Amino acid sequence: MKMKSIILSTAAGVVAASAAGAKDMTIVSWGGAYSASQDAAYHQPYMAANPDVNIINDESSAEAVAKLRAMAEAGNTTWDVVDVVASDAIRLCDEGLAMEIDPDTMLADAPDGTKASEDFGDLLVSECFIPQIVYSTTFAYRTDVDAWGGKEPSNICDVFDLEAFPGKRSLEKRPINNMEWALLCDGVAKDEVYDVLGTEEGQQQALAKLDTIKDEVIWWSAGADTPQLLADGEVVMGSTYNGRLFALIEEQKQPVKMMWDAQVFDLDGWIIPANLSDERKQAALDYIMFATDTQRLADQAKYISYGPARASSAPLVGKHAELGIDMAPHMPTDPENAKNTFLYNYEFWADYRDDIDAKFQAWLAQ
Amino acid sequence: MANTADSSQDIAHSAPVTGPVLGNDGRPLKASLAKSLRRQKLRALGLIAPLLIFVLLTFIAPIADMLFRSVENNIVGDVLPRTVVALQDWDETSGELPDNATFKAMALDLKEAVEDKSHTRLGSRLNYEQSGISSLFRQTGRKVKRLDVEETTDFVAAFEDMNKKWVDVENWQTIKAFSGRFTDGYFLAAADLTKGPEGIERVPENEQIYYTLLLRTLKMSLIITFSCILLGYPIAFLLATLPLRTSNLLLILVLLPFWTSLLVRTSAWKVLLQQQGVINDTLVWLGLVADNARLELINNQTGTIIAMTHILLPFMILPLFSVMKTIPPSYVRAAKSLGANDWTAFWRVYFPQSVPGIGAGSILCFILSIGYYITPEIVGGTKGVFISNRIAYHISSSLNWGLAAALGTLLLVVVLGLYWLYDKFVGIDNVKLG
Repeated sequence: MKMKSIILSTAAGVVAASAAGAKDMTIVSWGGAYSASQDAAYHQPYMAANPDVNIINDESSAEAVAKLRAMAEAGNTTWDVVDVVASDAIRLCDEGLAMEIDPDTMLADAPDGTKASEDFGDLLVSECFIPQIVYSTTFAYRTDVDAWGGKEPSNICDVFDLEAFPGKRSLEKRPINNMEWALLCDGVAKDEVYDVLGTEEGQQQALAKLDTIKDEVIWWSAGADTPQLLADGEVVMGSTYNGRLFALIEEQKQPVKMMWDAQVFDLDGWIIPANLSDERKQAALDYIMFATDTQRLADQAKYISYGPARASSAPLVGKHAELGIDMAPHMPTDPENAKNTFLYNYEFWADYRDDIDAKFQAWLAQ
Repeated sequence: MANTADSSQDIAHSAPVTGPVLGNDGRPLKASLAKSLRRQKLRALGLIAPLLIFVLLTFIAPIADMLFRSVENNIVGDVLPRTVVALQDWDETSGELPDNATFKAMALDLKEAVEDKSHTRLGSRLNYEQSGISSLFRQTGRKVKRLDVEETTDFVAAFEDMNKKWVDVENWQTIKAFSGRFTDGYFLAAADLTKGPEGIERVPENEQIYYTLLLRTLKMSLIITFSCILLGYPIAFLLATLPLRTSNLLLILVLLPFWTSLLVRTSAWKVLLQQQGVINDTLVWLGLVADNARLELINNQTGTIIAMTHILLPFMILPLFSVMKTIPPSYVRAAKSLGANDWTAFWRVYFPQSVPGIGAGSILCFILSIGYYITPEIVGGTKGVFISNRIAYHISSSLNWGLAAALGTLLLVVVLGLYWLYDKFVGIDNVKLG
């Protein structure tokens, strides 16, 4: 009799436990320090407030577009919320793989009542995209290069100056950003860069400028490459995402400094896959409403040096959770860092990406 | 089969004297034999059925589906059915815009397409052929909702008002050129060709890439295969001739890298080969290389060849070893006793018997290296990447699956061609795995 009741209560317990874990939510992101910052700032508080939700982390954001398309073709989308860069969000929206979001009804207002559409402002670059952070692709350099004779690079064009700043550089193995920087340093005015880059001559001009440093460039494809190359002394300067460089400089204390000149702003944020069941869609929207409110976005900046996408979050950015240093001066959006910035033109690259990429890759292979 | 049995019985009835041999049950022996053979065949088929179905479902079907994408082009006809019909009468070489009715057809098609957002998908598809069409469709999609088809008469002006690119003949030429249900566009692109006004022509020199990459892939795979033979042959020879206990230990050493993750091995090469890495540091310390002239061993073809030779070496050693194990040592002893010196005995007697192992190892190494992309991506820089890296890019990043499928098909055809050449000159029956 006693045995029976034990078995019954165990069975009841198992049923209860599985019922509690019934609302699994798969959130896809980039992994590493970035996912850790989201876990601390969004997932943990959300699960504390909603004990019936179990968040499963997937680190597939780098292949999100291809995987979402494959899932849609198979008719079985297993992801609920996906973290992607803005250009991927535009692509997913174009392909009909992400659902459209109405910011004013689906996202939280700012604490002072400002509508979400106004709070995010220009950063809402696609109907399907909910911006989360502003990050930048920018340069850093080693501070112990003898050949530079005490000089330090301070201008984007120093990257192209092999005489004053000899040594290997690392640049991303794709045309985006590199072509713009090359034109800027070849005498093209900032507001004309994309007009010039849209022409055949402009593309040749940019590649010709890049050609002057081609032999001294190591091309990276993963964001972690440049920090590693800088730490090893393989390169003397290189471009990558500013958060990676923050970790290299402030957490690992490497002899490396930031160079913010002509940093290129880009956005990262959420999309919700199209064609989710109503129940899952509601759950995903509920999470998004929570995770993109003013306080949550400001909280994320405690763990990683990316700027919150809401205007109302900026004043709330505090100190780093472990290092205890002020985060504001490390944000790409800090006025001191943002003296000369460049805004990634999504529309232009959506149009020219395939064409220019073919030319860029052919140039690389020569 | 049953018919055969019946007919043979008929024969048995009609010609009882010279009829077929009958079995104990009075049925013709031939029919009984055929029946039992058939049962055996069915049983055999039943036994391999799970594997057959598995291979069909998980290997043949997906590959066939993927290859089909290299020619499939339904999207234009599905999204713009009226426009495609209207465009048939338009002479694209005239240099003039299509007529008002075609523009109206486009307006009707787009209004429907906007409902399920297929217009942006079409834009992405056509943007592969001509830059700018993606934004053209995206922007027009937003505005066309407000266009009143009943009220409008001058559709050309209405479209020009929505976006100036609509009065650019080139965009219409692209739409017409790719309006068919099937397209050769992906294969042309994969062969560095394009459809120009005067038919098929080569793309400008600054965009040619796939031919270079294909050639490089083949060349470097051959180099890697030969380095594997050069390094693997002596090791396999040693393994096959040493006493069993020692050779087993050495075999484990050969297999050890096999059990380590591919990424770990490749990254280890990065640490070793880079300019501030272990090898260069040692060379500088020994004074063989000046500190300011460190060797470039990585992010180029050298890096890819070194790392991939290391990774593929076991695939060469194992078939070689298993073939060499079967060569009786008495043959070499006999050759020597008949007066051959060490070299002649090896070259004339031992080596020819090990050739099937070289063949098997070479095919394995070559075919594996031709499709590799992780290692070249990590250590290859720009000069050491293979065509598979571009296929991976088009699958996962640019989403141009049609082009990826065309590149994959080309690679498959080239490999099959090489296989045919190999069979013709070396003979595929001259390959042994043990």
